[in-house]
Amino acid sequence: MTLISSRALQNLTRAIEGERFMKITTPEFKENAVEALSNETLQKALGTVEKGFIGKRQAAADALPEFEALRDSAKAIKDHTLEHLDLYLEAYSEKVEEAGGHVHWAQTAEDARQIVLDICRSVNAKTVTKGKSMISEEIGINAHLEEAGLIPVETDLGEYIIQLRNEAPSHIIAPAVHVLKEQVEEDFRAEHTHLDEDRNLEEPESLLNEARTVLRQKFMDADVGITGANFLVAETGTSIIVTNEGNGDLTQTLPKVHIVLASIEKIAPTLEDVSQILRVLARSATGQDMSVYTTFSTGSRREGDVDGPEDYHVVLLDNGRTNMLGTEFQDMLRCIRCGACMNHCPVYHAVGGHAYGWVYPGPMGAVLTPSLQGVEQGGNLPNASTFCGRCESVCPMRIPLPKMMRHWREREFEKGLNPATQRFGLKTWAWFAKRPKLYNAGARVAMKAMAMMGGNKGKMASLPLAGGWTKYRDLPAPEGSTFQAQYAARKKALH
Amino acid sequence: MQGREAILGKIRTQVGAGKDATARRAAVANRLANAPKGVIPDRGQIPVRERLALFQNRAEAVQTTVATVSSYDDVPEAVSDYLRQRNLPKQLRMGQDARLDGADWSKTPALERRLGPSDGDDLVGLSHATAGVAETGTLVLTSSSDNPTTVNFLPENHIVVIGASQVAGDYETALDVVRQMNGKGRMPRTVNMVTGPSRSGDIEQKILLGAHGPRSLHMIVVDDLGDA
Repeated sequence: MTLISSRALQNLTRAIEGERFMKITTPEFKENAVEALSNETLQKALGTVEKGFIGKRQAAADALPEFEALRDSAKAIKDHTLEHLDLYLEAYSEKVEEAGGHVHWAQTAEDARQIVLDICRSVNAKTVTKGKSMISEEIGINAHLEEAGLIPVETDLGEYIIQLRNEAPSHIIAPAVHVLKEQVEEDFRAEHTHLDEDRNLEEPESLLNEARTVLRQKFMDADVGITGANFLVAETGTSIIVTNEGNGDLTQTLPKVHIVLASIEKIAPTLEDVSQILRVLARSATGQDMSVYTTFSTGSRREGDVDGPEDYHVVLLDNGRTNMLGTEFQDMLRCIRCGACMNHCPVYHAVGGHAYGWVYPGPMGAVLTPSLQGVEQGGNLPNASTFCGRCESVCPMRIPLPKMMRHWREREFEKGLNPATQRFGLKTWAWFAKRPKLYNAGARVAMKAMAMMGGNKGKMASLPLAGGWTKYRDLPAPEGSTFQAQYAARKKALH
Repeated sequence: MQGREAILGKIRTQVGAGKDATARRAAVANRLANAPKGVIPDRGQIPVRERLALFQNRAEAVQTTVATVSSYDDVPEAVSDYLRQRNLPKQLRMGQDARLDGADWSKTPALERRLGPSDGDDLVGLSHATAGVAETGTLVLTSSSDNPTTVNFLPENHIVVIGASQVAGDYETALDVVRQMNGKGRMPRTVNMVTGPSRSGDIEQKILLGAHGPRSLHMIVVDDLGDA
């Protein structure tokens, strides 16, 4: 009789489920959003996003008089870097090799997965600990490693929780922000069956302590540690991670091999440039002046060192980013993944991160997803915006997110990807808009008709062709005269 | 190599086309060589005594505790006091830093010092910082056998000694110290900028100390400023 351990069975299930992770559900954004809006647990959890992040960011920004000037400085640094990215990447990789590290270039997610697996196999790795990395989500490395029989262990508390839940992160810096503490307790009880059943796990403190104890052993056992990178410094060949827990540091210090997963736009020229961007990163993300651990790694363990990895590898991922360079989407590559745009987004507050259907949610995801996965897959997301502009106003790198979403809407229209009724409506409007006399006459008639329909209350409970709107609220009926008529009258009165 | 050439070639086409290749190279070489500074917050650009006060104040704001002594020979007793206050065993894990090793440990005979990297069984680690940054109360530690990186992360409690004269006003100045310590462009394997004890807000946004790194961070400042 063959006995299959529960862990092995679980891994197998995960490997199969992993396929689902990599599958993009962005085309079903509307369905996802409807589901999210009616999910009470999710709605309760999402309440903390708006409450938690916005005030803290504002306070941190207000406390530093140079904050706005630093945003300009950070933007200029990244613009300069992107314009010279080929040269900085060359300089960076030369420095890494000089310090005894290895640089691998991956054009696609598939290339990156293969490189990581090859490195793991070369040292007969069994357990792989992981620091938080969005690139690792983007390339779907966990499922790939599991299929090959390795055990990847997420060590960031939020990432660990969602790994147990078999979910994807719903926020780029707070991956488990959609989970309530009662759900975490349930997950821990199901996974940590070796612990006392009667233990108290009511408070976040006890949950944190339990995760700390369980994961400490995993850190010790790991053969390879994988982290992401917030920056790659061209001047010194250094990769930098910015964290609060210290899990990334244990991940990269204890195993024999440290693998860094980074996309090509993470380059910053010098330590001075990194210092500029660091000052806006944590303040924009969590409202801290500085995250607890900002760790610089350069090459492998040195002669005389008594700890640190013996091998250091950097996997540089393109995966569609070079297509954005030199286009109207280049500005997006300034993104430092602070999460401020989603923290301030009314759409994100309402539906959470999973509805976006791929790795990157919120406004930055609405631009990145069509950029990296194609407008056919991601074209829905730029429509999920009221263009309120809060994202752009808080983006530390001053990325014009609404403008880029508009570009994607245009591309979607050009490709004929939006619904026929919408296209018909826009075309009809355009036909009239080009004929001002007809347009004004039509507007006057429509206004009078709508005013009559509004009756005494001045509100319409239903309107032909606008059922989607009036299903949930009344449409105020127009009062007075049209804008054009008022404008003409005022102009006349002024002269 | 195939991936490298494909990626670099694509970038060259997308952003380099139609531009003067020599000028592009010069711009990059110039920035790497001269590392121009950007906006430096005024906050840390103050006289040295005030800077030290700001450093302590910022550190305490992120739950670092601070003690000040007047010489290295007072460090052992300051360590011992801290262990007693926290009810910790008289055992320390530390590297071979000469500044710490040279302190007068005969004053605290009961204190057991274990030298070398941490294996995860230590409750208290002791390190010496390479620099400090006043603007955010940040400690800068660099890896070597003098101050192994494991000592910064595995013990539950971390004590860091720093000379008052090592405290810079801003990150740029502190990182330049790191950059020059092995010759320009040659960094130690690991540099840790540490701002407070480990924490996480991953469960319902409630910030809790002691996620995976030390639950407490204690700083001992050796006041070597004289009359400054």
